[in-house]
Amino acid sequence: MATDAKQIAQVVDAKGLSCPMPIVKTAQAVKMVAPGELIEVLATDPGSTKDFVAWAKTTGNELVEQTVDAGVYRFVIRRK
Amino acid sequence: MTLTAEPVATEVAVPQPATVPVPEHEHEASPKDVLIILYSGELEKTWAAMILASTSAAMGVKTRVFVTFWGFQAFVKDSKRITGENWMQKMMSFMQRPGISHRKLSKMNFLGMGPWMMGRLAKQYHVASPKELLEAAQLMGVEFIPCQMTMDMFGLKPEDMIEGMAEPVGAATVIGLLTDNSVPLFI
Repeated sequence: MATDAKQIAQVVDAKGLSCPMPIVKTAQAVKMVAPGELIEVLATDPGSTKDFVAWAKTTGNELVEQTVDAGVYRFVIRRK
Repeated sequence: MTLTAEPVATEVAVPQPATVPVPEHEHEASPKDVLIILYSGELEKTWAAMILASTSAAMGVKTRVFVTFWGFQAFVKDSKRITGENWMQKMMSFMQRPGISHRKLSKMNFLGMGPWMMGRLAKQYHVASPKELLEAAQLMGVEFIPCQMTMDMFGLKPEDMIEGMAEPVGAATVIGLLTDNSVPLFI
């Protein structure tokens, strides 16, 4: 299921940032949206592909989508 | 008489674990806290501790950092130059400048050249500095707990410390947390 841009409640631009800042910024952003709402994270850290899976598993937030386009990793997360 | 390596069937008592294994779901039902005991004051170790503390908090884990001995130095305000009451305590702070922005490397310090290069590289590769990570960790509710004994021995006063530190405690509190529900990291 491809998510529509208008469904995204907040976008986190973590492009260029190194570990652990993409996760730290995402954790802060997730608190700003209501449960069930979606946030989109853009990152360029290659480690983030595994880190976001681990983060979602531990926090219980749902990793709805995970794509990569021209070196930019895109994650869509639904707040628990 | 021939010696044959005849396998002898002997009863070997395999020691059984004394504790009853906890079913998987019970582990999940009681999430663990993380307790970092920050003992070291070098730049790279302070950095590692700040990365782990901020990530742990970002993962929704209750995180505490007990700062003790040299680890305490990073939690004295950057603006403080000399701390302590008597000449020995003052001399100690003079010889190793306190503050998270004044940490030295354990290797390749070269009178500050090493830390300066680390800082430049971190900026170039967008790696957050220990100070930025500390601020992020505090925002996400990481508890930084000062060691009372370290404060006494080095003559450190509450006003020497950065804002937002928890109440100073002793080793018993640390062991209490560890035996209760905390994963320990000794850095």
